[in-house]
Amino acid sequence: MRSYFVRRLIYSMLTIIIIATVTFFMMHSIPGGPFTRERPVPPEIMRVLNEKYKLDQPLYMQYLDYMKGLFTFDLGPSFSKIGISVNELIIEGFPSTAKVGFVACVLIVILGVPIGIISALKQNKPIDYLVMFMATLGVTIPSFVIASLMIYFFAGKLGWIPPFGLSTAASYFGPVIALSGYSLSFVARLTRSSMLEVLRQDYIRTARANGLREWSVISKHAVKNALIPVVTYLGPTIAALMTGSFVVERIFAIAGIGRYFVESVSNRDYTVIMGITVMYAAFYVLMVLLVDIAYAFIDPRIRFEKESK
Amino acid sequence: MKRNLFLTLIALFMIPVLFISCGKKEEVAEVVMEEAPAGPVVMNWNLAADPKTIDPGLNGASDGGDVISNTFEGLVRERSGEVVPGIAKSWDTSADGKVITFHLRESKWSDGSPLTAHDFVYGWKRAMDPATASEYGWIWHYTNVVNAEAANNGDVSLDEVGIRAVDDLTFEVTLSAPTDYFVSLTSFYHFMPVKQSVVEDPAGTEGLWAKTPALAVSNGAYKLTSYKVGDGMTLEKNANYWKADKTGLDKINVKFIDSASTGYTAYQAGEFDFLDGLSVPPAEISKLIAENPEFYVFPLLGTYYYNFNMDLPLWEDSRVRRAMAYAIDREQIVETLAQGNVPAAGFVPPGFPDDKGNDFFKTAGTYGVSLGSESIAEAQKLLAEAGYPGGEGFPKFTLLYNTSEGHQLVAQMVQEMWKTNLGIECTLENQEWAVFQDTRKEGDYEISRGGWITDFLDPMGLLAIFVDGNDYNDPNYNNPEYNKAMAEASSSYGEAHFKALYKAQDILMKDMPIVPVYHYTDYFLSSPKVKGWDRSMLGQIDFTTAYLAE
Repeated sequence: MRSYFVRRLIYSMLTIIIIATVTFFMMHSIPGGPFTRERPVPPEIMRVLNEKYKLDQPLYMQYLDYMKGLFTFDLGPSFSKIGISVNELIIEGFPSTAKVGFVACVLIVILGVPIGIISALKQNKPIDYLVMFMATLGVTIPSFVIASLMIYFFAGKLGWIPPFGLSTAASYFGPVIALSGYSLSFVARLTRSSMLEVLRQDYIRTARANGLREWSVISKHAVKNALIPVVTYLGPTIAALMTGSFVVERIFAIAGIGRYFVESVSNRDYTVIMGITVMYAAFYVLMVLLVDIAYAFIDPRIRFEKESK
Repeated sequence: MKRNLFLTLIALFMIPVLFISCGKKEEVAEVVMEEAPAGPVVMNWNLAADPKTIDPGLNGASDGGDVISNTFEGLVRERSGEVVPGIAKSWDTSADGKVITFHLRESKWSDGSPLTAHDFVYGWKRAMDPATASEYGWIWHYTNVVNAEAANNGDVSLDEVGIRAVDDLTFEVTLSAPTDYFVSLTSFYHFMPVKQSVVEDPAGTEGLWAKTPALAVSNGAYKLTSYKVGDGMTLEKNANYWKADKTGLDKINVKFIDSASTGYTAYQAGEFDFLDGLSVPPAEISKLIAENPEFYVFPLLGTYYYNFNMDLPLWEDSRVRRAMAYAIDREQIVETLAQGNVPAAGFVPPGFPDDKGNDFFKTAGTYGVSLGSESIAEAQKLLAEAGYPGGEGFPKFTLLYNTSEGHQLVAQMVQEMWKTNLGIECTLENQEWAVFQDTRKEGDYEISRGGWITDFLDPMGLLAIFVDGNDYNDPNYNNPEYNKAMAEASSSYGEAHFKALYKAQDILMKDMPIVPVYHYTDYFLSSPKVKGWDRSMLGQIDFTTAYLAE
């Protein structure tokens, strides 16, 4: 198992380096730069700016410089917020993003999974139809629509939630619903279909034939196996939610890092794009690793040793 | 086994939890509204953007400028078009108009230390120093301050620039030619004094000092007391401001909410007293203009237009260019946009008085370009004369604009008008902002969108961009007569100055290297209880003498 981890860790590092490299060169290949303005900067000042941010060096030098920074956790200065480093942007913004993301993740697991299970157990009953109807809505309505509607009704018309920020517990309501809506619905549907499939397996019939109580059959044998696809889905989803959403953060005016992901691209804020991308990649890789570990706990048929041979 | 399932879920959550707990301790309960009547007077303002910088020397954007006009004060202030004394009590101009001496009042920085003419010298020289790399440094090319342009280009030393502190309270500027707009120009954010010791503090490099409450020393009505990137900042009354007794607000909570619907909803819910125009959803504007007395619309001294790429043979014939400019019904465009814009027949917008006190825009006239549909017949005639009767045989071309719903709407209307009125076809193409700017700069287009807002209260601020060699001359227009008229304007003042400017715009509109469309407006929402604020002609919001009245 340890050699498996070491290998996975090396692969993860490689993945992140490749992502950073590809992002770096893609970013620098699109037209425009961080100092492109309606009003172009005079050549002399442009020269000083380029020198200051080392944009006057050949691209490979900039790349090597950047990678060196990456390994020492120095993500460089932001181009669009002068004087502020990408590290500071992340340190300042990540807690807000993560708080909303964390609550959304918890909600997805503690609501999505049980709802899916209940729905499967009550297949073709009214409650199942209701759940599937809601889940279909949740999957199809985009988050910006949910977010705008929540602002309009709950903040504007009813005044139940503050229209922006994360100042009170109530202010989490809007962003968390908008952020988790899709995944929550998806997890409910996934759990339901996976559960239905498992319930038709022979070993469930065997368990029932052995006279186990229905509760034990469901909780000990069915649910665990039904969760495998759910856990697979949850890994990357958690990574995505924890790094924030442009739409949700913008509409609810949350000072997080999710918005930089999009804004930095239009600003050509190279260092911020890189910083956020690498951070997201690291999160993603880590979650995939955790999912693989989780498999072993859930399903005894999965062994790391076998894979490493 | 059930425990294992539990452990799995725990494991999935472990990492995020670790990350959160590593993060900065959050102030959980942020006070959004203060309702206690006896407490400090607080105003809530949505600036609608997190400024790139609020260091006067580095700033080049209006959001930063709005903050700086409240945290700093220059030699003079411009209030509703009037130049009023700021840190300078008075100023005199030498007989030849070239030396201006400012007499400063005794005043203090927000940390209590005295403010002197040396702080102005330092602030100005730092701003023009190419090493500072101020995005606004190019303004020195228009100030006529002796050697300022050369110093900004790195050609001469800063010591040779015509500014000096005669003594602690006397600041002297030497110009290469008398310049009408110079004194009003010094009200702009770029010309603020800054305190050398904080600007050069190692912890405050790159303008970070201005965003760091511990370092931010300013001389205006307010001082910065908190700043959270992407979220907001707090400005508090500066007790050391020379006119602090006139400042009626104790605290301004500034937010950076850029989603218009969120900002607008919050304003309606009473969370904001002052809302930047960027926070007003465009769809609401016509209703607000008609119904809401809290909605203010001001002319913004700039013009929305299209560039002809003058390097192309396609646009060689001035009759073709004029036909296309004449064939547009500007009133219809302005009505559709419903933002209170003014149809543009020339390049200089309303709001610039000439030497006789008449509005330049009105005096200049319309050059035969109708605001409505009157000049369409003339357009058709011109096009026929140029060899394309009814648009027959006119080559296809593309109109390029940067991606935005508003620009798309205008482009579609213009496309339709050219088709209906002239029988010529064009295709529309949009590009993402940064890409668009590169394409336009490289001249890789046939017709492209343009927009220009002046930086000083003189028509020069607009017309200068079409001089040959100007960095912003996107159509690549080059008419020696125009260049000559502009050179005359830049080296003269009073009557001669304006005569040259009128002449220049005459030439420009005869050649028509651009299609003027409309003049911009600026707008915002202000709660009726906020009184005493001012907006400068150049668009900066000033809360120096603001107060709340219930």
